Amino acid sequence: MNPAYSVILFTTASGAGYGLLALLGLTSTSVGQSPSLGFAIVAMVIALGLITIGLLSSTMHLGHPERAWRALSQWKTSWLSREGVAAIVSYPFALAFGVTWAGLYTAPDAVAPLGFITAALSLVTVFTTGKIYATLKTIRAWHQPLTVPVYLFFALASGSSLHLALSALFGRDPGAIAPVALIALVTLAFLKFLYWRAIDAAPREHTMANATGLGANVRQWEVPHTTKNFVQREMGFVVARRHASRLRGLFFIVLLCAGLLELAASLIPMLSLAGFVLMFIAAWVERWLFFAQGEHVVTLFYGNAQA
Amino acid sequence: MTALPQTTAKKLGLVIDLDTCVGCQACATSCKEWNTQGYSAPLADEDTRGADPHGPWLNRIHGYEVEDTNGKDSRVVHFPRSCLHCETPACVTVCPTGASYKRAEDGIVLINPDTCIGCKLCSWACPYGAREYDVQEGVMKKCTLCVDRIYNENFEPEDRQPACVKACPTGARHFGDLGDENSAVSQLVKARGGFDLLPEMGYKPTNKYLPPRAKRDTPQAGIEALPKGDGSAMDRLFKLADRLLSGN
Repeated sequence: MNPAYSVILFTTASGAGYGLLALLGLTSTSVGQSPSLGFAIVAMVIALGLITIGLLSSTMHLGHPERAWRALSQWKTSWLSREGVAAIVSYPFALAFGVTWAGLYTAPDAVAPLGFITAALSLVTVFTTGKIYATLKTIRAWHQPLTVPVYLFFALASGSSLHLALSALFGRDPGAIAPVALIALVTLAFLKFLYWRAIDAAPREHTMANATGLGANVRQWEVPHTTKNFVQREMGFVVARRHASRLRGLFFIVLLCAGLLELAASLIPMLSLAGFVLMFIAAWVERWLFFAQGEHVVTLFYGNAQA
Repeated sequence: MTALPQTTAKKLGLVIDLDTCVGCQACATSCKEWNTQGYSAPLADEDTRGADPHGPWLNRIHGYEVEDTNGKDSRVVHFPRSCLHCETPACVTVCPTGASYKRAEDGIVLINPDTCIGCKLCSWACPYGAREYDVQEGVMKKCTLCVDRIYNENFEPEDRQPACVKACPTGARHFGDLGDENSAVSQLVKARGGFDLLPEMGYKPTNKYLPPRAKRDTPQAGIEALPKGDGSAMDRLFKLADRLLSGN
């Protein structure tokens, strides 16, 4: 699949934003109102900013951005529609939570319930994003049970990494977020390892023989057009296996460095800023690979023997 | 709405005969010609006189080489590929806006160009590559089964068929109701062993393909053995002519 930068930006930025929002909401259920107004405002602006940049980036990527509101209508069948609905519904709760949590509007009893709802809606939105990909039967590498958990743990790992970085900037003790960040990162690395092992082992059960009905001894003789068409440009992007294994290695190394920096941040808090930068780079590498390794069934009509 | 109809009154579709298709591209060009002025209009191409001409076409003709099972001979099969108007199409259910829909009356899968947002997710969901993005219009385009021809009362009844079917010079394309087992197309599918593409994916395509028939000749049969010389004057004359013409 063609790794469109708008979609990579959307999924990584909104993932980090929703992850941060979920953690802020969850911590508020036990801690209550934020002790620091500055931290609360900056954290909320960054979380909602990342989410908004992501949503705008994916909306601008549409052929008709002005019709985007129509995407909220088909939530009964479409995970993309559900994602849109979840994203829109979470905004007012997130804003209400941010205002009460920061103390701009004093309502101490509302902080915990609003925080919990915001966290739940944030994770639901990330879940729907993962489902868009996981339900596509045409792409073996996406139609996997681990696709959704990887999306969720990416949000939690990058969100908690961002939380650590912000805490360091404001000279605050991150408290429980420090171990949460490490646990999320290690879980993510483990899930991603299992995911890659699963897609390498998953049988490529669709064949050119089944696509064309012409038997096992069929091969491409000529393509229907002189230059690449939409289907080949969008769905035909296949990365060389050798290239992919290097990028997988790079992902684990960058993630390991991010983890070590997060660990070292308990002594020198500012290191968590570098940790977050590495975390975001790891997210980009992983998301690019996720698209580039998504081999589409339609390639069977264009000379690919199995998919 | 993107919810699929439980059943459709008819299952209109195409039956494509891979035995008689000669790969002339007449169906592809007549499809483009009709649809660039009909329901899907405009269907404009990009960079038409440049190095990289491309654009949405709703019908694409592939060519495949199929080797005999004994590996001694091969044949070329021309393979038209367009929307198969599946009974349970994933392209419809993934659509977030309801622009993609399957008609309850005849099973045709259509895109409403006024509500499509151009997110391309339907093209990701389709295993057959039936949907192409129109850059100039910002919406997806696909085969409409010439919905603006088949019910068009301004046409003579025999012309109320998809443009590709009318254009095919070898009669390799057939249009009809595949839901009616007595229809000509259903009978044809039955008689010739028509098959589905990627049946294991479960989208239940309506369009059927008829397999190429077994070859009737062998590669050696057409080659005549050279006659042996009989030493006559005429034979020596031919041998002389052959030597002179061969230049040795």
